[in-house]
Amino acid sequence: MGTPRVPTGLPTDLPAGTGPARAGRAPGGIGESTLRPDGTLKVTGEFAYASDLWHEDMLWGHTLRSPHAHARIRSVDVSGALATPGVRAVLTHADLPAATRYGLEFADTPVLADGVVRYHGEPVALVAADHPETARRAAEKIAVDYEPLPVVTDEASALAPDAPVLHPGRTDGHAAHVPHPNVVHRQPVRHGDIAAARARADVIVTGDYEVGMQDQAFLGPESGLAVPAEDGGVDLYIATQWLHADLRQIAPVLGLPEEKVRMTLSGVGGAFGGREDLSMQAHACLLALRTGRPVKMVYNRFESFFGHVHRHPARLHYEHGATRDGKLTHMACRIVLDGGAYASSSPAVVGNAASLSAGPYVIDAVEAEALALYTNNPPCGAMRGFGAVQACFAYEAQMDRLAAALELDPVEFRQRNAMSQGAVLPTGQVVDSPAPVAELLRRVKAMPLPPERQWESAGGTADVRALPGGLSNTTHGEGVVRGVGYAVGIKNVGFSEGFDDYSTARVRLEVVGGQPVATVHTAMAEVGQGGVTVHAQIARTELGVTQVTLRPADTRVGSAGSTSASRQTYVTGGAVRHACEAVRERVLELGRARFGTYHPAWATAELVLEGGKVTTDGGEVLAGLAEVLEGEAVDVELEWRHRPTEPFDLVTGQGQGHVQYSFAAHRAVVEVDTELGLVKVVELACAQDVGKALNPLSVVGQIHGGTTQGLGLAVMEEIVVDPVTAKVRNPSFTDYLIPTILDTPTLPVDVLELADAHAPYGLRGVGEASTLSSTPAVVAAIRAATGLPLARVPVRPEHLTGT
Amino acid sequence: MDFLRPGTWEEALAAKAEHPSAVPLAGGTDVMVEINFDHRRPEYLLDLNRIGDLYEWETGERDVRLGASVPYTRIMEHLRGPLPGLALAAHTVGSPQIRNRGSVGGNLGAASPAGDSHPALLAAGAEVEAESVRGTRLIPVERFYTGVKRNALEPDELIRAVRIRKADGPQQFAKVGTRNAMVIAVCAFGLALHPEARAVRTGIGSAAPTPLRARAAEEFLDAALAEGGFWDSGRDLPPSLARQFAELAAGACNPIDDVRGSARYRRHAVGVMARRTLGWAWDTYRGSERTTRCA
Repeated sequence: MGTPRVPTGLPTDLPAGTGPARAGRAPGGIGESTLRPDGTLKVTGEFAYASDLWHEDMLWGHTLRSPHAHARIRSVDVSGALATPGVRAVLTHADLPAATRYGLEFADTPVLADGVVRYHGEPVALVAADHPETARRAAEKIAVDYEPLPVVTDEASALAPDAPVLHPGRTDGHAAHVPHPNVVHRQPVRHGDIAAARARADVIVTGDYEVGMQDQAFLGPESGLAVPAEDGGVDLYIATQWLHADLRQIAPVLGLPEEKVRMTLSGVGGAFGGREDLSMQAHACLLALRTGRPVKMVYNRFESFFGHVHRHPARLHYEHGATRDGKLTHMACRIVLDGGAYASSSPAVVGNAASLSAGPYVIDAVEAEALALYTNNPPCGAMRGFGAVQACFAYEAQMDRLAAALELDPVEFRQRNAMSQGAVLPTGQVVDSPAPVAELLRRVKAMPLPPERQWESAGGTADVRALPGGLSNTTHGEGVVRGVGYAVGIKNVGFSEGFDDYSTARVRLEVVGGQPVATVHTAMAEVGQGGVTVHAQIARTELGVTQVTLRPADTRVGSAGSTSASRQTYVTGGAVRHACEAVRERVLELGRARFGTYHPAWATAELVLEGGKVTTDGGEVLAGLAEVLEGEAVDVELEWRHRPTEPFDLVTGQGQGHVQYSFAAHRAVVEVDTELGLVKVVELACAQDVGKALNPLSVVGQIHGGTTQGLGLAVMEEIVVDPVTAKVRNPSFTDYLIPTILDTPTLPVDVLELADAHAPYGLRGVGEASTLSSTPAVVAAIRAATGLPLARVPVRPEHLTGT
Repeated sequence: MDFLRPGTWEEALAAKAEHPSAVPLAGGTDVMVEINFDHRRPEYLLDLNRIGDLYEWETGERDVRLGASVPYTRIMEHLRGPLPGLALAAHTVGSPQIRNRGSVGGNLGAASPAGDSHPALLAAGAEVEAESVRGTRLIPVERFYTGVKRNALEPDELIRAVRIRKADGPQQFAKVGTRNAMVIAVCAFGLALHPEARAVRTGIGSAAPTPLRARAAEEFLDAALAEGGFWDSGRDLPPSLARQFAELAAGACNPIDDVRGSARYRRHAVGVMARRTLGWAWDTYRGSERTTRCA
């Protein structure tokens, strides 16, 4: 299979930002910072997002949502809506033609509410009309008679003896082993002799931590266009994270075979996990098939907050012990995740939280458990970091407290316990590729610190932009204290626990106008991660061509899996490379058949495709691709799989559960106005091992983005759910705050490239690790500035001022 | 919804007289958000964008007569001298795009307790020039706010301008939000020293149903400054004096707990801002060099 390109050695001290593995051989190939084709369009506002879709004669769909978090529906009267001029269809649960439930892991989510609503904002009815305003007004005329029911809002109310069982008669795969029907899934992890280890501990630190509900806050709201087809099927243009997972869920709801539901990816304005679940996909298709007209649905920002799952809020109890010489003895933890009304990806989030609960540390004895609850809070599921974020916030707070108890430097303490390659995780899995945890910490600590009192100019005046509060002019330095904090985390890459996590790529090589051109076709959802550059780079490197065309992602090619879990460059990138290798083999076969008799090297040398030609490894040109192909196109579609994983044992949590691990460390420098409780993050430095940066610019962009999203969770981002009514209180960008550019500090990034021999090009999934350690680093810095324990994120001014 | 587009001020007044429920629209930074969120569906929108007069201002002997539609950006660029407190407040409004459209007239029309310009207007001293086909009247700004999102305008009246006292001393404005830009006030505080009148005026935002002056704090400080001869001596203010002023300012608040902040925090933060802004303003009055580069 072609030339081996996987690095064979495991270098341990590569400088950051090294160039392509075979520099100069493939212009625009891997290792180069090629520019995104959609970059300028997005910055200038010209990029066509799914919300810009348009079709002649299209109708507008609108969703009527529940105003209650838990209620029985006594009756629904749609006559007022149907009588509204311009309305073409109104659908309720009674009108559904086939399957009435769907779900990512199991089908517990009603397409439209079935006699009961389980969260504030649950879809109850759909309207299609010839104007969006008509649809909205008609929806207001649907009379729903609700009988409010008691709400389940937390662990106590979910597990109380008289708790309402939110999903009676569960038949899902976890129903049999959970301790209570309001527990979606529970995963223990047991490793070593905890009693003995506890007895060895010189200090024991326990803590309770809480993580608020973060939203993905992608900028392009849910949107799509469903066009009914003459064959009775439907064409859906949609912003999503995984076309084929949508397809698998939509087709049964429509009562159609999958081949009659044809999906094409539309412009996606960010995802971060929030587009893994269906939103309006099935709804728009149902309305289109009912009316025989194209139907567009686009949520506004308000509706978007109800239209997708959020990050699981969590309560975490941790106990750590350590010996006087600074070695961890044991860790015991209990992580309770609020899954909300429907399962979404809660089981997998539980698996991650449990298996990664010890962090990137070697701990002899671990007794961990994670579980997700069914409640009447908003459904929670995938978000960047996926269960590992919540755990990292808690265990990193514990590390600082242990270091303080032992009077050790917090970085030094972490380094003494840091895992490295060959370490055994509490799940029994050996980390069999570089795990430079201590080195990442060393690097962020070694970076120069931003100057003290950096708001002061030479004349002694204050630049308020550099102070907490910024131009709001709340301090000129009064009450401002600096703090520095560190954190490091571990995130798995790819889908875990035995999931068949494959991807498919189709690659075609042909000569057009005398030039060899490669076409790459996958169903990969480009959600901003940069697959659009990486696939072309891989094709250039593997096939030695300059021109690469990327076909739009659709379901005419096999599944690419999800654009999540930091997996797309690894898995679909791997699939593209795999298909390219097959194309190259076919090209060489053709070349041997046509020209083999003219030059012995065809039979004896390692041959590569380079600069549009077949050459020997030594660089001798044997033939041009145009001559070899002679008008023939080589076209290959192949699936590719990473190493298989296996489920965790339901009692012990043991198992080869994960594919690969990814590590990042942060140092945060903050200034806190201790009197007003306002925080300015001055600098957030990150070091991350990426194995191999296929596109260094995109890699740094991912680290910047993940770091900033982690900063948001640390100091501002939270969906506030009323604890009594379970209603969402801040579904808008007025009150759900995300960092602006003025909240975003300098973000120095140190990229390590320590190859993982098991991964394509040695790469390591890069999208999530920086999201983990950013949050605890910022909070550690705030603790350092204020001396406050701060066990909850986001940190609010009230927490810092005791008000 | 009918869209009325008067070409002149007189036509606008006539339209408002004919349709008292009409909602005036200038920059649209508030009204359009409410319409988009479906919080209100007015029968009539009265578009004032064609009325050029509303975008102008005149600087007189005593006042700046600020047209109702003058965007915040213009205030920041052109009126920093006579209206320093309002210019500081303008800096904290929304984003650059919002500041290019939003105006003090709109802030007054909406009468949200969280409007950024209110504390600055209260501290500086201002009168709202309200006009209808029946005539013009001047409403002192402290009597303009009558309740949460309610003001003293009659149904047929429009805001033509705001007459704001030109600064005769240092002014300050501070606002707490939970991020460093583009944020609605959790609470805000405006302070103006009026050396000619030997008076201090204040304005509190977002910490009571309406924007308001901290009268007890003002009276206490006026008396203390007079008694101690501080206006003449320009001496440092004793910390105890600033502290008591801050406590009285905090005491003037009547805040609520909401998703943006707790009542307790708001009261606390107003106190901190009162103490700090007084310190900064007094330092400036004393001729200290401590000024802020961006303030």
